[in-house]
Amino acid sequence: MKAKEPLGRAFAIQLRVIGALLMREVITRYGRHNIGFFWLFAEPMLFTIGVVALWSQIQGGHGLRLPIVAFAVTGYSSVLLWRNMPNRLVGAVAPNLALMYHRNVKVIDMYAARIALEAVGATVSFIVLSTCFTLMGWMQPPEDVGTVLLGWFMLAWFGAALAILIGALSERSEVVEKIWHPVTYLTFPLSGAAFMVDWLPVAAQKAALYLPMVHGIEILREGYFGSTVRAHYDLGYMAGFCLVLTFLGLLQERHISRRLAPE
Amino acid sequence: MIELRGVVKRYPMRDGSRVILDGIDLRVERGEKIGILGRNGAGKSTLIRLISGAEAPTSGYIGREMSISWPLAFSGAFQGALTGLDNLRFICRIYNVPIATAIPMVQEFSELGAYLNEPVRTYSSGMRARLGFALSMAVEFDCFLIDEVIAVGDNRFHQKCNVELFEKRKERAMIIVAHQPDTIAAHCDRAAVLRAGKLHVFKDVASAYDFYQEEV
Repeated sequence: MKAKEPLGRAFAIQLRVIGALLMREVITRYGRHNIGFFWLFAEPMLFTIGVVALWSQIQGGHGLRLPIVAFAVTGYSSVLLWRNMPNRLVGAVAPNLALMYHRNVKVIDMYAARIALEAVGATVSFIVLSTCFTLMGWMQPPEDVGTVLLGWFMLAWFGAALAILIGALSERSEVVEKIWHPVTYLTFPLSGAAFMVDWLPVAAQKAALYLPMVHGIEILREGYFGSTVRAHYDLGYMAGFCLVLTFLGLLQERHISRRLAPE
Repeated sequence: MIELRGVVKRYPMRDGSRVILDGIDLRVERGEKIGILGRNGAGKSTLIRLISGAEAPTSGYIGREMSISWPLAFSGAFQGALTGLDNLRFICRIYNVPIATAIPMVQEFSELGAYLNEPVRTYSSGMRARLGFALSMAVEFDCFLIDEVIAVGDNRFHQKCNVELFEKRKERAMIIVAHQPDTIAAHCDRAAVLRAGKLHVFKDVASAYDFYQEEV
């Protein structure tokens, strides 16, 4: 279908294109006014700070067994990480259709740029907030940074795979966009951000562990709180789930790319 | 070389699907200039988009062994929210062109002055076309795709474009689509006619034009 590029060169072109799309995305989204692209981190940070403040206020009612600030920061940052990626890819093709006139620019490059941007935003927000709160003495440093990174990576993978699938499906049917918003809303309380599986009744534990993001957040919190919590997760289950999701997502992405029609 | 073999393009429609291009075969060698004549709606722009790679054919083979431009002076390939310069930077990054040398060239050629720092959506259509043409000239392609006559800006600017394209880059390959034969006759070695989804290729422009005229 296209001129055969040596693999190395094709990879270099793709990286260059994704880089260009990243720059473009930052300029169109945040402009050059006021703090500009710092909004990329500021926005998720404001969200998380708000949630930390709220949860700290209602902490007494919950009778939580964990330090509330650390619990809220780990919980809400994780949600932002995996949930914002699909949000940004829903209907993402139309405003970027003009760019597809340039042969090297593909839907998957544009998706990759947006996913990378969301990942960077959520990650920097998580690191800055947890560092600040730790320095202020509101939370303890993580017990095992490696496990925290593993959990964070798994959640990012889940978010990216889900984003490509939902984004591509949203190009095929408008119903997807309509349904996606209530779904994100409803999955928030189920996502594990606001509970640990161990606190649930045994029957509910089993049900909760069907959701892949619950595993990711359990891993993250095991890394953060270490021995003070009993985490329930199955890394193999989550990895398998993400792998299937990635495959389905790329399949759908391919389907829409093949039928793309710039004006 | 660019080669099209049995290229079919079908678009889904409410009442089934419509075949726009029905088995197109075409070969364009390095440095060759070919014109494609066709009535409105014959599928000229679709063909150009397929050759440029902006769109994929429903079936068939398209081989590209030289770099091909996006449809020339086509301002649709730019982002309205971005300034002219930001669009230029984007193009430079994508096509791996040094930005430092491209900026003065586009500034000089487009004659847009301070407007280069304004969002493209505030441009008039003439200004957009000037930017579009200047950006196309910033990247050195082996083959230029030219959709319709390049009526860019006023007479003087039109003249400038002709010099830039047909004189300074006369050794490049070009594919020009139009419904008027003037530009094609002036610049092409041979021509083809797109009619009812089929491409009829002729050895010279005159016989293509005769065939084109027969069509009522």
